[in-house]
Amino acid sequence: MILSLNYVVAMLLISAGIYCLLAKKNLVKMLIGIVVMIDGVHLFLISLGYRAEGIVPIFNSEVAPSLPYFVSRAVDPLPQALVLTSIVINICTTALALSLCIYAYKHYGTLDPSKIKELKE
Amino acid sequence: MMAGMTVIVKTISRIMFPFIFLFGVYIVFHGHLTPGGGFPGGVIIAASVAMLILAYGLERIQKSTSFLHAEVLDTLGSVAIVAIGILGLIFGAYFLETVFPLGVFGQLFSGGNFLWLYIGVGIKVAAGILLILFAMLMWDRGEHK
Amino acid sequence: MGKAKQALNLALVAIIAATFIYSVNFTMPEFGTFPTREINGKVENSVGQLYLENATWQTGAANVVTTIVWGYRGYDTLGESTVLFTAVIGVITVLRAMRRDE
Repeated sequence: MILSLNYVVAMLLISAGIYCLLAKKNLVKMLIGIVVMIDGVHLFLISLGYRAEGIVPIFNSEVAPSLPYFVSRAVDPLPQALVLTSIVINICTTALALSLCIYAYKHYGTLDPSKIKELKE
Repeated sequence: MMAGMTVIVKTISRIMFPFIFLFGVYIVFHGHLTPGGGFPGGVIIAASVAMLILAYGLERIQKSTSFLHAEVLDTLGSVAIVAIGILGLIFGAYFLETVFPLGVFGQLFSGGNFLWLYIGVGIKVAAGILLILFAMLMWDRGEHK
Repeated sequence: MGKAKQALNLALVAIIAATFIYSVNFTMPEFGTFPTREINGKVENSVGQLYLENATWQTGAANVVTTIVWGYRGYDTLGESTVLFTAVIGVITVLRAMRRDE
């Protein structure tokens, strides 16, 4: 029955992103909300693999004196590798969305999503 | 974005640029021994050039690092990754097999083809982010290239 | 926007946040236990434990995350490089087509 700080902050970040998506009426501000939500998901994924009193998964001579000590005390390296890929894909998606926002602003003259829905002849 | 900044900002950014660039190259080269690797190292290299763009203006930087240079570097990084993989197909059994020697544990030239793969990824990511920055800054100009 | 709509948004987000925090903290294994899997009824540590044991003597690298990114899961990183290349090409194409519209 203990609240842990990692999980609470990750869920608060996701909720802040959802509120920003609901309340703002500007395309670029909604994009900022999406980026904040993705950061919360990454924090949640990394803190799934924690081991109590764990050490970093790099086999140096200063971190771990021998291999059995290292194997029994290191944290899970697999979520860290997958989140590394996900961060780079986040950059690509945000860049492409921003270029489409520039295109929409030049074509419509406004960044309001309720006015962009109308079809022009 | 065309005009630069004051003399103080120009002097300090000109002094700090080699150190930030060298730090990014250090993180790329020691990817198999310390935390980091090609992806954060490439972003640090691109951030050092972006600091120079902010201080001096876009026209001054385009004389030495133009749009064409960034495109060529981006393509070379991608080709390097696939070429190392095809080397594994020729000299071994499957794509991306280890072709470089394993070496002594803990030295710089150890770990097979992780070092060269990370160098390719570092060049590719740095050039890609610089290319996105150039394209977003020059979209209302006449003829670029 | 009106006050009623803002209060409704805040209430909805508060309910969502409370549901998330309750379901993560109290129905999952506690924070700090290594993820486990179950094979044929026997519970043991997840696949990250196998990567930790075999990564340093199969390749010569000290960083286990590097061995996972390029050694055990190399195809995923190759796909991610392709996504980065495609996104850069997409940004250049959209912003160049915008200039030809004028």
